[in-house]
Amino acid sequence: MSKSPLTLHRNPKFRAAIVQAALVFLVFYAFYSLYQTTVFNLEERGIRTSPSFFDQVAPFKVGFSPFLDFELGTTTYIKVFYIGVLNTLLVAVLGIIAATFLGFFIGILRSSNNWLAKKVALIYVEIFRNMPLLLQIMFWNFAIFLAFLPPPKQSLEFGSFFLNGRGLHTPVPIVEHSLLFKVWLGVVILSILLSFIFRRWAKIRFNNTGKSLPVLSISFSFIIIISISAFYILGQPLTVDIPVLGKFNFKGGGQLPLPLFSLWFALTIYTSAFIAENVRAGISSVSKGQIEAARSIGLTRSQMVKMIIIPQSMRVIIPPTISQYLNLTKNSSLAMAVGYEEVVAVWANISLNQTGQALIIIAMTIIFFEFCSLFTSFILNMYNKRIQITER
Amino acid sequence: MSLNSNKFERIPDRLPPINSIGWVAWVKQNLFGSVSNTLITLLFFYLIFLYIPPFLDWAVFNANISGTDRSVCDDNKSGACWTFVKVRIEQLLFGLYFTLNPDQTWRPILAFIVFACLLIPLVIERTPHKKWLLLTLIILYPVFFVSVVGGGVFGIPESDASQWGGLLLTFALAFVGIVLALPLGILLALGRRSKMPIVRSFSIIYIEFWRGTPLITILFMASVMLPLFFPSGVEFDKVVRAMIGITLFQSAYTAEAVRGGLQAIDKGQTEASMALGMGYWQQTIFIILPQALRISIPSIVNTFIALFKDTSLVSIIGLLDLLKIAQNSSRSLDWNGYDIEAYMFAGLVFWMFCFGMSMYSQKLERKLDTDRNTE
Amino acid sequence: MIKDDSIIKITKLNKWYGKFHALKDIDLSVGTTEKIVICGPSGSGKSTLIRCINRLEVHQEGSIKVDGIELSDDIKQITEIRSDVGMVFQHFNLFPHLTVLENCSLAPIWVRKKSKVEAEQMAMELLEKVRIPDQVNKYPGQLSGGQQQRVAIARALCMQPRIMLFDEPTSALDPEMIKEVLETMIELADSGMTMIVVTHEMGFANRVADRIIFMDEGQIVEQNDPDSFFNKPQSDRTKLFLSQILDH
Ligand SMILES: Nc1ncnc2c1ncn2[C@@H]1O[C@H](COP(=O)(O)OP(=O)(O)OP(=O)(O)O)[C@@H](O)[C@H]1O
Ligand SMILES: [Mg+2]
Repeated sequence: MSKSPLTLHRNPKFRAAIVQAALVFLVFYAFYSLYQTTVFNLEERGIRTSPSFFDQVAPFKVGFSPFLDFELGTTTYIKVFYIGVLNTLLVAVLGIIAATFLGFFIGILRSSNNWLAKKVALIYVEIFRNMPLLLQIMFWNFAIFLAFLPPPKQSLEFGSFFLNGRGLHTPVPIVEHSLLFKVWLGVVILSILLSFIFRRWAKIRFNNTGKSLPVLSISFSFIIIISISAFYILGQPLTVDIPVLGKFNFKGGGQLPLPLFSLWFALTIYTSAFIAENVRAGISSVSKGQIEAARSIGLTRSQMVKMIIIPQSMRVIIPPTISQYLNLTKNSSLAMAVGYEEVVAVWANISLNQTGQALIIIAMTIIFFEFCSLFTSFILNMYNKRIQITER
Repeated sequence: MSLNSNKFERIPDRLPPINSIGWVAWVKQNLFGSVSNTLITLLFFYLIFLYIPPFLDWAVFNANISGTDRSVCDDNKSGACWTFVKVRIEQLLFGLYFTLNPDQTWRPILAFIVFACLLIPLVIERTPHKKWLLLTLIILYPVFFVSVVGGGVFGIPESDASQWGGLLLTFALAFVGIVLALPLGILLALGRRSKMPIVRSFSIIYIEFWRGTPLITILFMASVMLPLFFPSGVEFDKVVRAMIGITLFQSAYTAEAVRGGLQAIDKGQTEASMALGMGYWQQTIFIILPQALRISIPSIVNTFIALFKDTSLVSIIGLLDLLKIAQNSSRSLDWNGYDIEAYMFAGLVFWMFCFGMSMYSQKLERKLDTDRNTE
Repeated sequence: MIKDDSIIKITKLNKWYGKFHALKDIDLSVGTTEKIVICGPSGSGKSTLIRCINRLEVHQEGSIKVDGIELSDDIKQITEIRSDVGMVFQHFNLFPHLTVLENCSLAPIWVRKKSKVEAEQMAMELLEKVRIPDQVNKYPGQLSGGQQQRVAIARALCMQPRIMLFDEPTSALDPEMIKEVLETMIELADSGMTMIVVTHEMGFANRVADRIIFMDEGQIVEQNDPDSFFNKPQSDRTKLFLSQILDH
């Protein structure tokens, strides 16, 4: 067959090349012209797109910044961005921890053999995952917490935690003597290391003789006894600052302001409904045959749960649950509705309105979330690879 | 073999011992099977009796529904104030324009009814000609919707989209997002599985970009940046801006749902259609897509649910959707203090739609599973 | 044929699934080292019967004694009996997340409280016996069906059971693999194990069975030694069944 120019257009490779070249051209041209128009339009409005505003002082107040100091009149825009990012990560971490516990609890109820527990868990899941998260955040914050939580004087007490209309007051640890504290930390780490060595030894002994020890409880009590006695011997280098009720409000301790508390609460409940569903699916993915096999070789119920059901169901539970963690992080941006100062609120909203630097600010916000998303896929890929190695 | 054989004597079936069947056995097995099981049962009964009756008292038995202003509710604080919802129902469902023009409310109502008439047969399994019904719904219905609700034709007075609100707006946003994202999503899914590396990478980048960003950021972008993207003079309505943002966002999720279906179809299908001498587009449109879409319907419906819930975010950029109107009403002078009722009503409406869709997708999934197992 | 030193003694066993009467008045004793093959049409209750013996199913009436211990709800006794009774399933049911070696050593370590070294040593021996030479560190998913079933037999044997139950061990396998599994089972039979085998492999039954039991509609219709069973079947049901399965 001759490759005359007449038949070239029938050649699939040639056609593919043309299509792709056209696509590249179109996309880049579209981006270029969008960028041009945007910069031009911004300049029309007197805004020169440039990151020089990073070092300008932000003219508004960020009330909640537990990690970086905020001071009205000196804090710059770029630091506001960091504060926003850290606040997002804070609520994400708090939410992930709580949602995991609650989600597993509900999911296990959902798979229990108690009919009532199963139904209650099912209703919980169906109610909370089928309503908009934003609505739930607003409901808890405005309709319940703001409306019904008492003023500081009559705070609800949970041990050293106090909940009132302004938020949740928590105890925080305070380092009294930094050198002794470091010594104490060293002792604690040492005791943990020792208990790991003990565990290794116990495992080797177990493999050789079959005699098992209650390794977990021994190492735990060892670590706890050592840490506590070292703590008192070193003269209490760390104290806990417990919030105390002053004249009008609490003094000392830490505070999760009400918006953060509501957001955390709603995110936890919403996400736990999804995690519970993952857990249920994971547990029911363990086939009946596996359970029968485990019973037929004489494993007790708890051995079966520990060695057959959990390892197998975790493989089904973990990947979608990691995706839920990412969703939770993205969903924390709904904080705006209740006024928690995370990255979208302080950066993509307030800072953008103040400076008009739409291009840079939106890009940075998106990059931050894309980074979280890439990080999540990275973890997921690693996990899947590991599973594949051990299974196939 | 011997010829004389015994006849098989069948022992007649008996019923099991009485304690192993019937509700007694059921209760014993499912509620009081073991000590821990019994404790769990008692705990849950206790919790239910602690919380459910007071809630029912509040929400139903002591609730207020009569009257037209807050005085009824203020007199009886022990029950919910559904009067509030009753009085504000037009705003909650249709928004400002139709509240101001009560003689026009037939328009959104008609639009909803026609929608229901098209949708319900689609959900029922045996309906014939589903394909045509679906096409009517996604092509003709939007035209119908815009002309009836938007007006300006056939002598129907015009209503500005910026004055739509409540459930009507929520519905319009979700519907537009779903319908426009579908073709876009299908193209992207095909692109992601294309053999052309550049097409594939562009599709991946597009999909992952939108999936990585929270919708609220995208809505900000749509409301702030979209006007900047175009030469001055091109103006977009706020609602249209939100629709564009939602559509782009949704298309990435639709693409992933469709890709799941494409992956599930085995290679044999492609090879068979190649052998028939079909080209790429012929194969795709007549062989691959119909099957892939059928498999991916449950996941697609799940993306609908997510989108329907997510439309509530437009309240943050100042659109008056169901959630925003509920919030505003509960803050108005006439009704402030009745937040719980406002959010509960809005929540219930959202919940009914989402739960319905979720039941439907679960049903389809089960059916697909059994189909697969019996094949 | 019923010996007095019976290791399993089933009397008047009745079992219902809901209201469905699945086993009716089953009486059966199995002597030590005896090999029993159970056959019968689908749905006749063969699986149900042998699953009752290690209490994967709970019966409602009658009694089952294994090794003199009567089956009851006592969890400790159930565990004891299960570690004395090995079971091989139609679909192998190996643990996919554990290697072949771990599959076999799991129960000896946790139920028999053996040391890991000892358990693995024994597992290796048994795996050699069932001719899974150097696959011990693979995962079940990497093995063929026949290999998986032989691992499953080794896993059950690792508990050093006194009785082995087989529920259609070859019916999910391709013909070549059936042979290798049956060979393993014949070796096991020759070593003096007490075995109850649900199978339709009549060649195997003829070769190893001391007694063949024919079940239908939840009843034991007929039991006899292989010779009489195949050549002089008593019941019309048995004849019908034999004519159907021996035809091809
Ligand atoms: N878990 C169960 N619930 C309800 N009915 C059951 C259950 N297991 C078995 N059955 C019924 O009990 C009867 C006996 O089942 P069984 O599995 O013992 O038959 P089988 O002889 O092993 O058949 P096959 O040769 O097909 O394996 C069948 O009619 C079956 O439908
Ligand atoms: Mg069977």
